[in-house]
Amino acid sequence: MCNDPIQLLLAGFGGQGILFAGKAAAYAGMAEEKNVTWLPSYGPEMRGGTANCSVCVSKAAISCPIVFEPNLLVVMNQPSFHAFVEKVVPGGVVVMNSSLIKEDCLRPDVTAYAIPATELAEQNDLPGLANIIMLGYAAQVTGAFGLGSLQAALGRCVPLSKQQLLEPNLHAVQIGWTYKEPAE
Amino acid sequence: MNTIFKKTAGLTDVQTHYCPGCTHGIVHRLVGEVLEELGVLDRTVGIASVGCSVMAYEYFNCDMVQAPHGRAPAVATGVKRTLGRDSVVFTYQGDGDLAAIGTAETVHAATRGENITVIFINNAIYGMTGGQMAPTTLPGQVTQTTPNARNVLTDGFPIRVMEMLATLDGVAYAERVSSGDIPDIQKAKRAIKKAFTCQMEGKGFSIVEVLSTCPTNWGISPSESMEWLQTHMTRQYPLGVFKDVTETGVFPVLTDNPMDL
Amino acid sequence: MEPILMKGNEVLAQAAIFAGCRQYFGYPITPQTEIAAYMSRQMPKAGGVYLQAESEVAAINMVLGAGAAGGRAMTSTSSPGLSLMTEGISYIAGMDIPCLIVNVQRGGPGLGGIQPSQADYWQATRALGHGDFHVMVFAPSSVQEIADLVPRAFDLADQYRVPAMFLMDGSLGQMMEPVAFPDKPADPGALPEKPWAAVGNGGKRPNNILNSLMLKAPVLEASVLERFDRYEAIKQELCEYEAYRTGDAQIVLVAYGTTARIAKSVVDEARKEGIKAGLFRPVTLWPYPYEPLSRLSARCFLAVEMSMGQMVEDVRLAVNGRAPVHFYGRTGGMIPRPNEVLERVRALAKDPSGKGADR
Repeated sequence: MCNDPIQLLLAGFGGQGILFAGKAAAYAGMAEEKNVTWLPSYGPEMRGGTANCSVCVSKAAISCPIVFEPNLLVVMNQPSFHAFVEKVVPGGVVVMNSSLIKEDCLRPDVTAYAIPATELAEQNDLPGLANIIMLGYAAQVTGAFGLGSLQAALGRCVPLSKQQLLEPNLHAVQIGWTYKEPAE
Repeated sequence: MNTIFKKTAGLTDVQTHYCPGCTHGIVHRLVGEVLEELGVLDRTVGIASVGCSVMAYEYFNCDMVQAPHGRAPAVATGVKRTLGRDSVVFTYQGDGDLAAIGTAETVHAATRGENITVIFINNAIYGMTGGQMAPTTLPGQVTQTTPNARNVLTDGFPIRVMEMLATLDGVAYAERVSSGDIPDIQKAKRAIKKAFTCQMEGKGFSIVEVLSTCPTNWGISPSESMEWLQTHMTRQYPLGVFKDVTETGVFPVLTDNPMDL
Repeated sequence: MEPILMKGNEVLAQAAIFAGCRQYFGYPITPQTEIAAYMSRQMPKAGGVYLQAESEVAAINMVLGAGAAGGRAMTSTSSPGLSLMTEGISYIAGMDIPCLIVNVQRGGPGLGGIQPSQADYWQATRALGHGDFHVMVFAPSSVQEIADLVPRAFDLADQYRVPAMFLMDGSLGQMMEPVAFPDKPADPGALPEKPWAAVGNGGKRPNNILNSLMLKAPVLEASVLERFDRYEAIKQELCEYEAYRTGDAQIVLVAYGTTARIAKSVVDEARKEGIKAGLFRPVTLWPYPYEPLSRLSARCFLAVEMSMGQMVEDVRLAVNGRAPVHFYGRTGGMIPRPNEVLERVRALAKDPSGKGADR
């Protein structure tokens, strides 16, 4: 659906692990032998406000690393949803954290998916890993990355000094990958 | 024939440009003699500052770097940290350079305990630019830019550098001496030697302030200048040791690694 | 070595350590602080010096001292901090001390903002301090290019005793891309000797004096002329640029750094619409690649910058009136969007004279 190039924008609160999820996506792209770039928003918003980051993944060399118009928006909170949903290109995909975004995506020209990632993280005792649950789900519904690539990516993202976090991350990506949206 | 006096090997043969009666030449000689006596001229790097002593790089008989105005302690920091503990690094700065434009560099090199030696010449005036007010100009002193004498209401008060730096934990040794007469000059040499020894032993920041004369810009004769130094300057700037922890040094532990300064 | 994802700022720091840099002095300022933070972690492990100075003024003078003592020294800062360093840079140039100075630009003037900018181009290439001098200015546009250029910059700085500068922008510093470093880092002990350095005369040679004060005008003039001879030699050796689809291009975009990447995407989009566009990307900003740019025979040129138009003057010098040279830029931390630039390209495709449309 949005395989190549992937123009991924991840957005949410600072502290939701937006930048880490972006880094995992970039490493997943590398695992699939594609070119990647990762670019965070930076500044005061890094310190507790909203955070977002641009991840480009492409077979071809990446010229512009800034995602102005994403074809895949992974959005974790309401303010970010409002800020970015109109920027998604027609035909693009929005993956929403329905735990914190209490409205529907009303754009007819984009495909929207919803996952209660924050609640799933709490239910599964995976504090702070709603980000990776969302990434796993987004990858599965769009075909952006394979599960193996995401697992390999997490292996490279989790620092050596924090290896105890690898297993929960792998659990989180699995939960996202296998999540099925309930039929209406 | 017996040699009864010999110019120190610590100075080159270049003739200095200092005015008659100025005590820069005396202090140069003291520093040169100390470096020679300590046997470290071959591993010394001196930092010349901006002011009357700007051309000190031609007078000291060792490798020299000329620093931007006020920045000598920062330049010395770069040199010392690069060459390591076995090197000997000193700055030679006047009152404008050290206590006005370079106050931040002075204070921070001192509080870091930077293992360098600072020779600070305080003659209460800007000599090189022709006699303007210095940060150490005395209240009531006439200069080109305090034509009606320094008025603390408008010009503020002079800085006592030794007293200020003595409060900093990185300072191992701070002494104020005078170049006003022979006994004082001998004391000054002992202080300078102690400062360099402090550095060589890795004990921390060392500084010697030398009260000096400027007959040209003070507008009096050399002998009157010596008189004025001893009566007026020492009243504002009392002589003495303001900090001395050279026995223990300022740092808790020293290692054998020569790059640990 | 397997490529790893790293931020441009951190790659710059690591590449410097790999290139044998063992003295880093800096002062925190956004958006380059990752360089200092990385150095504070890694420099001690490499047996080098990391020191947080009390100001940018002190930091550049520590670099002066470390470089004078023969060290491979560097500092990094962002725009307001670079302004504070200009005094020291002038002295460093006047004393022929090799070193690396990094400016990760942010919007100005004044305290400005912290978002990416290219508004220090004039400062870097024209007015980095008082007096007649230049520094070599490198403008990478990818993380890998940072890693590749850093050792070259250090080597050339040593070879010519001319300081080198990296002129980057906040987004390049913050961006992560895969990067591969050389398998074998440089050995600081095996770098070419610096017989001029102030390290102590060892009792074996005349004193080394590093000094920029020359009160006799003929002496000062001669020293400047000698330095400019070296600049001429650098111009023969150093002229880095990328020409992308310029062969048959009728509109050539000229841009560097992050902006060049945006311009490249515009070139591809324009080509899809049948517009013969190309990109000329200077990698060295001083010396500027005037000659290869002057050889392009486009109907018009469009400089794209994150400034009000600074590098465009060098494009005009290169093109020398043979074709119209236009400008499009955003400033204050705003990044030109590909569609904005594409609009200008479309308009210029219709009317290369582009009357009244420059901004």
